[in-house]
Amino acid sequence: MSYVLELKNVRKSFGEEVVLNDLSLVVPEHTATVLIGASGSGKSTLLRCINLLETIDDGQILLDGKEISDPLINVDEVRRKLGMVFQSFNLFPHKTVLENITLAPVKVQGKSVEEARIAAKALLSRFDLADKADQYPDRLSGGQQQRVAIIRSLAINPRLLLLDEITSALDPVLVNEVLSIVRDLKHDGMTMVLATHEMGFATQVADEVCFLESGNILERGSAEAVLRNPTNPKTQEFLKRVHQAGRL
Amino acid sequence: MTERNNSAWSPSSRELERQGSRRAINRKQVFIAAVSSLLVLGTLALVLVTSPGWQTVKSTFFDVEYGKEVFPTVIRGLWINLQLTFIGGAAIGVIALGLALLRTTKSPTLTPFRFLATAYVDIFRGAPLILIILLVGFGVPALGLKGISSNVIFLGTVAVVLTYSAYVAEVIRSGILSIHPSQRAAARSLGLSSGQTMRYVVLPQAIRRVVPPLLNDFVSLLKDTGLVSILGVTDAVRAAQINASRTFNYTPYVVAAILFLLITIPMTRYTDRAIRQRTNAQSAEGAI
Repeated sequence: MSYVLELKNVRKSFGEEVVLNDLSLVVPEHTATVLIGASGSGKSTLLRCINLLETIDDGQILLDGKEISDPLINVDEVRRKLGMVFQSFNLFPHKTVLENITLAPVKVQGKSVEEARIAAKALLSRFDLADKADQYPDRLSGGQQQRVAIIRSLAINPRLLLLDEITSALDPVLVNEVLSIVRDLKHDGMTMVLATHEMGFATQVADEVCFLESGNILERGSAEAVLRNPTNPKTQEFLKRVHQAGRL
Repeated sequence: MTERNNSAWSPSSRELERQGSRRAINRKQVFIAAVSSLLVLGTLALVLVTSPGWQTVKSTFFDVEYGKEVFPTVIRGLWINLQLTFIGGAAIGVIALGLALLRTTKSPTLTPFRFLATAYVDIFRGAPLILIILLVGFGVPALGLKGISSNVIFLGTVAVVLTYSAYVAEVIRSGILSIHPSQRAAARSLGLSSGQTMRYVVLPQAIRRVVPPLLNDFVSLLKDTGLVSILGVTDAVRAAQINASRTFNYTPYVVAAILFLLITIPMTRYTDRAIRQRTNAQSAEGAI
């Protein structure tokens, strides 16, 4: 079986602090891998390393069997195959919703403006945002902004979608409208890796759940196994705290 | 959201009473402001007019008839200042943008240029403009280079452009650095190259952010074009000087000052408004 993404013994440190320690992970096609763990456990760094926003200190990252952690690789070409959505949306405030979405298809993929606009509008209508096409991001609610950010990353037809705590900056009532898009994408067979604190949502979409602690995966398996019957005492402790915070 | 209709609302008696109180407070404040303004300005005027030298000052600085006589030559000079400002301003914009981009680039091929740009900014921001004007105005013709004009207007403009592009480059660079790294991360993660990220994402936001300080520099530029008069360019300052030294009446200076103010005051008012709008817009946008 071939994997879309494969991490072999990845290590990353910032100065003295080791953030990822000998971490290995495989992501098969059409699956969703959910990363859980406390803040600072390395989830975001892992996603940023996959997207080559950070360079790793050791190990290998392979995308469709090709090593992308090679320093000689064209990073822009790799990133065209990866969609990334951030916790803080990061929409471009000086561009309208439609311009945010069509920027990369036009400038990176060389599509015509017309073609890109048609594709963007189709995505917007699919996720009930057609009427926001000509608005600027600051006129939108947080949930709408994050949905636009997801659509923007989908517009380049990524091979793999990376979602970094995409609901953490949202009002609780807005969380679901964002998560339902991700559920739809999962249903369509999109391959994704996501970091989240929403355990209920993790149960619904995850093919594999990985519990990260101090830069390593301490426990991995189906959502049922990791979230309902964790065996590692640290996972149990983490889930207990999440439960107390009312997030399970 | 529910429909809100304001047309059916009529203020309660309590609200009417409050509106009355607000009007009363307002009237009182206007009255106090008027009285205090009258007092302060009146005292100043009185001190000026009753001073022992007032009659002499009035005839040598505020001679209305002489002012009218020199007005055409001074305003012809001012036209030179305006031309210098607009032509120089365009050149400054282009050069400063180039310098700012060079100073923020990480490209290894451009390393020597980055170094040169930094040296350039250090030198021209650190030296007084008047010295640069003298050095360029008298130094460049002395070199005797072929094809380089020794026209004083041209050399004066070059000197002003050299100095101002260093200042403006720093303003643009601060704008570029003020854009949050997450914007760059978002653009790069979409596959945009670093050049495309700068051009389509960072620079448009940075320029918008520095428009108010740039307008400020534009006002300074207009005033500083007066310094090229030391090279013998017949701008507004020089025209006033010629007339003043001919008659020992300094009214031409006052005429020149008033003409400059007539242009710069509306410009500064506009700048202030632009800054205010920018600040309001930013607070509405939140963190960006």
